Amino acid sequence: MLTRRVIPCLDVKNGRNVRGVRFSADIDAGDPVELAARYDREGADELVFYDITASAEGRSIMVDLVERVASQVFIPLSVGGGVRTIDDMYLMLRSGAEKVSINSAAHRDPDLIRACADRFGSQCVVLSIDALRDPGSDPARWSIYLNGGRVRTELDAVETAQRGQELGAGEIVLNSIDADGTREGYDVEFLRAVTESVSIPVVASGGAGSLEHLRDAVTLGNAHAVLAASIFHFEVYSVREAKEFMAASGIPMRLDPYG
Amino acid sequence: MIAVVDYGAGNIHSVARALARVGATFVVTNDPSAVAAAEAVILPGVGAAADTMQGLCNARVDEPVVTAIARGVPYLGICMGLQVLFDRSEEDDETPCLGVLSGDVVRFPPGLEVPHMGWNQVRQAEESPLFAGIPQDSNFYFVHSYYARPADTARISGTTDYGLEFTSVVRRDNLFATQFHPEKSGLVGLRLYANFIRLAGQTPAPEFA
Repeated sequence: MLTRRVIPCLDVKNGRNVRGVRFSADIDAGDPVELAARYDREGADELVFYDITASAEGRSIMVDLVERVASQVFIPLSVGGGVRTIDDMYLMLRSGAEKVSINSAAHRDPDLIRACADRFGSQCVVLSIDALRDPGSDPARWSIYLNGGRVRTELDAVETAQRGQELGAGEIVLNSIDADGTREGYDVEFLRAVTESVSIPVVASGGAGSLEHLRDAVTLGNAHAVLAASIFHFEVYSVREAKEFMAASGIPMRLDPYG
Repeated sequence: MIAVVDYGAGNIHSVARALARVGATFVVTNDPSAVAAAEAVILPGVGAAADTMQGLCNARVDEPVVTAIARGVPYLGICMGLQVLFDRSEEDDETPCLGVLSGDVVRFPPGLEVPHMGWNQVRQAEESPLFAGIPQDSNFYFVHSYYARPADTARISGTTDYGLEFTSVVRRDNLFATQFHPEKSGLVGLRLYANFIRLAGQTPAPEFA
């Protein structure tokens, strides 16, 4: 049986790891290569690196970083931030990433998803969605934001997820801007709205503060994987603790002996 | 020397990094005579069956791979390196494959999400030197939409449950192949590579000895 996954996320700015609160990042949280190795030893199922500068310079730093991590850490690596073209994606895959997530560029030009999926296969293509609940909407509606949460669009997040699947995305990372960095829990209602609308895996992102939050994203939101940053960076919980807690709740998890 | 066959497969660098990590002596090569004469052969692979067969043919390493297997040297096929061993794959409107093992490769039936992607357990069907020291039902990392059906059930060395039970490891004497990616399967995956290089007569790095 496929296990559910715990994915520590490393936000990278100028080659350093930083943590963010509601999308404004400035606290230095260490060397990404060291952190990646630690997470691997703790049993991380996958690692995600986001280049939050999303500049050309950031991309070359990222390529170097992924290469260094990939020579030490033998689990799937995923990279995102500032991916705008097929060539950007190729560069990341060649450096050692299994998956590349596309965010703003995919919302501006959905054909980019199809082009990348045709070229590299759906399993490489992750559609990343940053969304904010429309205030007062009933039933709830979530609007997509671009450029790291700075630009609001009229795009409906649930419809965009469905369209992403049709175009060939192999996975969706769903980031709730409301919850990001608050440690108050994932937006389970948002998760459920999307997981009920698509058949590809959905990764919960934004808001994890406790082990119960991780569990609820799976048991209530039906997420295939949970992504978290600060609770792992600052050793509030280890990845292993998180996985053992989720397994004790009856969720299938990978609990092999790790490195 | 272990030859890692280079025919344009996307995961070749990951495989090379894992081999380096366990202390292997190996060469990444597209030289047909080097492949045919190697002491052991690793055939990586991701992607589609037709592309893989095309890549092998274009690099003129398809026959050398079959030659090396016929010589009985240790062989490790990974993902597409397992699937192309069989007679044919139904991917890309029936792709003829190497025919080293009899059987075919078919797509997961409707109703199962494809690709089958993530960590899943491998049930070892026999005691295999490739799995020495690796516990029963260990998790390995999978990414694939098609799976092999060996005609001879004696070739089934391991299985995995994804709604249906499919063959995730095959073996015939010194020929081994895995549907999963050991190079992305953490410590158990590295241990599998260490076991393979031992079969190839090499001594793994101390922590994998």
